Amino acid sequence: MQLVIIMRGVKLLADEKILLSHGAGGLKTQRLIREVFQKNLGNAYLQQELDSALIKFSPHKMAFTTDSYVVSPIFFPGGDIGKLSVCGTVNDLAVMGAKPLYLTLGLILEEGLPVEELDKLMFSLGNTAREAGVQIVAGDTKVVEYGACDKIFINTAGIGIVPPNLDLRPQRMAPGDKIIVSGPVGNHGIAILAARENLDFSPPLASDCTYLNYLIEGILNTGASIKCMRDPTRGGLATTLNELAQQASLGIKLHEEALPVQPQVKGACSMLGLDPLYLANEGKVIIVVANKDARQVLEEIRKYDIGKNASIIGEVTDAHCSTVVMETELGTLRVLRMLEGDPLPRIC
Amino acid sequence: MLNLKLNKSTVKNILKGINSKSNIRIMEVCGTHTMAIARAGIKQLLPPNIELISGPGCPVCVTAQEDIERIFLLARKPEVIITTFGDMLRVPGSTGSLQEMQAEGADVRIVYSPLDAVNLARNNPKKEIIFLAVGFETTTPTVALALEDAYKTGVDNFSIVCMHKLVIPALKALLSDEETEIHGFLLPGHVSTIIGTIPYEFIPREYQRACVVSGFEPGDILESILLISRQLENADYKVENQYKRGVKTEGNKIALEIMDKYFAPFNSLWRGMGEIKESGLKLRPEYVQYDAILKFGLEDALVQLAPTGCICGNILKGILKPEECALFSKMCTPAFPVGPCMVSSEGACAASYYYAGGEVIGR
Repeated sequence: MQLVIIMRGVKLLADEKILLSHGAGGLKTQRLIREVFQKNLGNAYLQQELDSALIKFSPHKMAFTTDSYVVSPIFFPGGDIGKLSVCGTVNDLAVMGAKPLYLTLGLILEEGLPVEELDKLMFSLGNTAREAGVQIVAGDTKVVEYGACDKIFINTAGIGIVPPNLDLRPQRMAPGDKIIVSGPVGNHGIAILAARENLDFSPPLASDCTYLNYLIEGILNTGASIKCMRDPTRGGLATTLNELAQQASLGIKLHEEALPVQPQVKGACSMLGLDPLYLANEGKVIIVVANKDARQVLEEIRKYDIGKNASIIGEVTDAHCSTVVMETELGTLRVLRMLEGDPLPRIC
Repeated sequence: MLNLKLNKSTVKNILKGINSKSNIRIMEVCGTHTMAIARAGIKQLLPPNIELISGPGCPVCVTAQEDIERIFLLARKPEVIITTFGDMLRVPGSTGSLQEMQAEGADVRIVYSPLDAVNLARNNPKKEIIFLAVGFETTTPTVALALEDAYKTGVDNFSIVCMHKLVIPALKALLSDEETEIHGFLLPGHVSTIIGTIPYEFIPREYQRACVVSGFEPGDILESILLISRQLENADYKVENQYKRGVKTEGNKIALEIMDKYFAPFNSLWRGMGEIKESGLKLRPEYVQYDAILKFGLEDALVQLAPTGCICGNILKGILKPEECALFSKMCTPAFPVGPCMVSSEGACAASYYYAGGEVIGR
């Protein structure tokens, strides 16, 4: 009898909108935690409901990173801010050679966000975390007034364990090393722009948002001499390669005909005056590998669905130090500078 | 026409044809050509006696500073939403840029079509939606379509800052300027899809200069340079159309008609070039209710211009090159621009800044 009364008296949470009181730490917060977060992300660590997660520490080197996600719109073709906030942090750990294990989740919610949307995002986030083999071990939620943020901002921090004797740094790059990219570039930037501005491309362009840890584990397991890896997110391939060239004090030479860019991304870019080499990616990795092992690594990457269009795009050189140069299809040289300004704000 | 998919050997074949020994100065009028040439590194391929110089065809670059300052006055008004193509966002003025004003609370939005601005006006009846109408004949027809949409559906909270320019009067001004030394013109493919090729015929007839309407692929541009060099060698000056897949002799009648319905030519101010006769477009008297400057009574607003040392005018006229400006890549970079030529995606200074390094390394 009592149960029925409760069912009548309380609205289903999924029909509600986020209120400031959902972040006040009281009963509403508790209900949100149980019905949205525990439901979608639940694991032994979260179920303990302690002030911090207690995790066993390995004697190995630990990789530890954090990233905040403010992408607009929060749902886009190929992903959403929930999936992105797992993939982005997992990838930052993975490119350092770490096996990603634990993530924390900080949420800033705008008053008025439908709980149904939050639930969808947490479902997607939870799924992605399970697929990527990481656990959300601690979290926090704050609610701010309407207009003080845009729907939802997410921060994730992540911990991973680095295998012993693995040393991945740009300083290890040497002239002659090959540069591999795991697939076509520019998709995330264009997909976000298209979703935000209601630009219809057919076929529709999807973000490449995905976790790279299994692919990277596969690369490392080949035993090839990997010098360093990096995921070309904001600023795109060109900016990331500039960072590597500067940190290594070496030059990088690319070959335009080897650069993988999907034709529809190329078309959209030329229409909008953008350059795919400067657009963000959320599921790509750049690998610098010793020349002798480059073929082997490329073959390994191509075994994975997300790496089937990988390509050797260039090499490290001691000419033009700290500069990235591309040989165009015409045989001319083009310097690729760092990105200046911000063509597309809030892409991740 | 050439196969547009070029490789190193087809490039060699075209270059073999360009065997003129005299010095040739070719102006690419259009900013999109400037960028395409820089990006593909075409200057690295040409023999040293052939020089490509940028012209006044970047719409943002030629916008008078006075117009830009008036836009800032509009953007400060709380009831206004400014809509614009992305290029205008970082154009510097005496008090910063639209992007900086955005951070201070101004409502500035990037649109990809002026029709989006009319829709925004429909959805925000309490706001005034102002579209920054810059561009040559390529973009003007779409702005006319937006005006038609607003007019026919009674949207009265939409207006434009009309800064449209015309290509032909600018070419006339260039040709009558004794300082400019140009032997041939790479004419704008996009503008020509609208105006056709006939309006250019005075150039070979009255001024004996070579003219080729060119497409935008590296192959188009190289072929057009070859055609110009042949015209010059044979002293056979004419308007050739290399971009036949896009440009008809008579242009696009419908686009020309709708432009003419809403806009009339007037003596317009160009950045660094001064006033050029009948070179700009203003709204016709029956449509002045869509003129944002009149709507807000800013036609006589006193605009203070600080001297910057920017030599835009001589760059737009092809007299000096971006590298010859004392500010270039020192005081003036895309991140900290002094003039619009450094921020526009069609600007000569931006093209040199981003892409000229290849020539140095390739040498």
